[in-house]
Amino acid sequence: MARRRNLPIVVLALAVIAVHLLAAAAGKPQYLTQLTMAGYYSLVIVGLTLLMGYTGQISLGHAGFFAIGGYTSGLLCTYNLHASSGRALVSLLHAAGLLVAGQDLYGAEILVVRPWVACVVALLVTIAIAYLVGKPVLKLRGHYLAMATLGFGTIVYKVVLGSSLVGAADGISDIPAFPLFAGLAVTGKSALRTQNYYLAWGLVLGAMALLTNLIHSRVGRALRAIHGAEDAADAMGVDTARYKLSMFVLSAGLAALGGVFLTHYNGGIGPSEASIMKSVRYVAIVAVGGMANLWGALIMGVLLNFLSLRGSFGSFDDAVFGLILLAIMLFAPDGLLRAEFVRRLPGLRRVFGQKAEP
Amino acid sequence: MSPDLLFQYLVAGITYGTIYAIVAIGFNIIYNTTGIINFAQGEFVMLGGMIGVTLNAFLPVPLAIAGAVMATMLVGALIEMLFIRWLRRPSVLRLIVITIGLSIAIRELALLLWGEGVRALPYFTGTAVSSLSIGDVHISPQVLWVLGISAVMVAALNFFFARTLLGRQMRACACNREAAQLCGISAKNMVTLSFVLSAGIGGLAGCVISPITYVQYDSGTSLALKGFTVAILGGLGNSMAAIAAGLLLGTLESFSIWVMPAAYKDVIAISILLLILFVRPSGLFGNAEAARLKDY
Repeated sequence: MARRRNLPIVVLALAVIAVHLLAAAAGKPQYLTQLTMAGYYSLVIVGLTLLMGYTGQISLGHAGFFAIGGYTSGLLCTYNLHASSGRALVSLLHAAGLLVAGQDLYGAEILVVRPWVACVVALLVTIAIAYLVGKPVLKLRGHYLAMATLGFGTIVYKVVLGSSLVGAADGISDIPAFPLFAGLAVTGKSALRTQNYYLAWGLVLGAMALLTNLIHSRVGRALRAIHGAEDAADAMGVDTARYKLSMFVLSAGLAALGGVFLTHYNGGIGPSEASIMKSVRYVAIVAVGGMANLWGALIMGVLLNFLSLRGSFGSFDDAVFGLILLAIMLFAPDGLLRAEFVRRLPGLRRVFGQKAEP
Repeated sequence: MSPDLLFQYLVAGITYGTIYAIVAIGFNIIYNTTGIINFAQGEFVMLGGMIGVTLNAFLPVPLAIAGAVMATMLVGALIEMLFIRWLRRPSVLRLIVITIGLSIAIRELALLLWGEGVRALPYFTGTAVSSLSIGDVHISPQVLWVLGISAVMVAALNFFFARTLLGRQMRACACNREAAQLCGISAKNMVTLSFVLSAGIGGLAGCVISPITYVQYDSGTSLALKGFTVAILGGLGNSMAAIAAGLLLGTLESFSIWVMPAAYKDVIAISILLLILFVRPSGLFGNAEAARLKDY
């Protein structure tokens, strides 16, 4: 059983390598850039799949967590502490090796937080916020939960849009690379394109390995029980509130991880990453993938984000995702692959037929 | 702060509050008959305003408004018939996502049709600078139009639900769908009707407020969020309480500019929404006893 479960992970790893070789052979290495970005977005999507598909809790605010992660890391890496370097706290941090001094483009002295420290802080901040928001929000159900998470997302968007500290409508730019170890840094420089591609997909592989094992464990069964009938799960002794909260925090953490890495990869982040349309897009992708289907969500996430990043949808980007959402929910609420008309195709029946409700 | 300025803020708050209340009533009408929160409610307001402005190019204002309201009602009917009516036992999650998808589709269609431009109907009487002066306080005549038309609208709705057969049938469906069907009421038609009514109210509101707030393809979203806040604040489904809640939120928001930058104005409203959802999801005027029987 365990071997069968890990087989898709191996297939994914092979696919990642194959795509790299194909792109190199076809002379289109620039595709790897968009695939790297799509990979980071996929982290948000698989996390949201766990929350929406398996736990049955909708979130219309996940772009908010992505943005909190990206913005926190970006702000810490660019906010110049040089002017306050005399302060006790700043010198203490400097002495502890958490800060890095340098010069900006114009030769002025700058003192900023080290990227890996910023990354850890960003993740911790997001997890703390997710915990504080999730605790009361997850008591709500249905429309109320949807509106509350939508409200949270809107607050994050309005705050980053209105705060001059994080560049208001311009966002944060010139975010430094995130050096991991010798020769590898999270950066958009084309020299490190291939390394970054493998880094992003390594993270996705790790997340998928974690999540696929999680949903097949005791936790996963508890989550499906909550999805099926929350009160019944509660009565059977499943601590529903705790499970819902930990999945909310886990998926927010994955979103923040994607946010941090993509921000360093792009060298900047803008308020559009926090917009409600982004949250809706993530929900749309989870829905197209089949709600409770991690692999479906991953495939759709990579495909749609890749097309969107390549500009295939032109100025109809938002419209495409809106229509996809509408069409899927109207005609195939269990996802494209489980739709009645797809299952009726004779050849596919054997493949998808047994893969009914998990 | 001088009393005049205080009053000026109050008037602004009441104007916006009235608009939020109208949007909230639109939410409530659909919620009462179907149990759906229509996330596309704000888009009805935007559509009303946009169509009104477009028709005003060759029609006088009253006719343009009438046309806009009819067109929005038609859109409401079409939405229900095409996207909701034929679903068999849809889950709440599915309905939420469908109405979100609809709101995006309408918004993008509006962007395609009308572009990103900001539009407005002309002031119904006078111009943007004309004002009625009461002592040192100045009120734009459009504010009186907004308040007046909203009051008439609420009175008409009350009459409709209390006195007419159709209104009573809708209320019967809201109370108990099965029982209403057994009495020969077509619940499906009542749902369509609720979408039509709700769209019409939204469309009219969109026309009336456009001289003050202007209308743009994406102006529906924030209105919907405010309207929902008000609906929750008053207790979902309770339209009279929504008016009180609307005035409360409008005034709070208007005075919030005092203590916070205007950029955070929306944050106030949403924070109130979250707070109310956490603390008292049955709303300020909701019955705690009845609330215990409901599922939030």
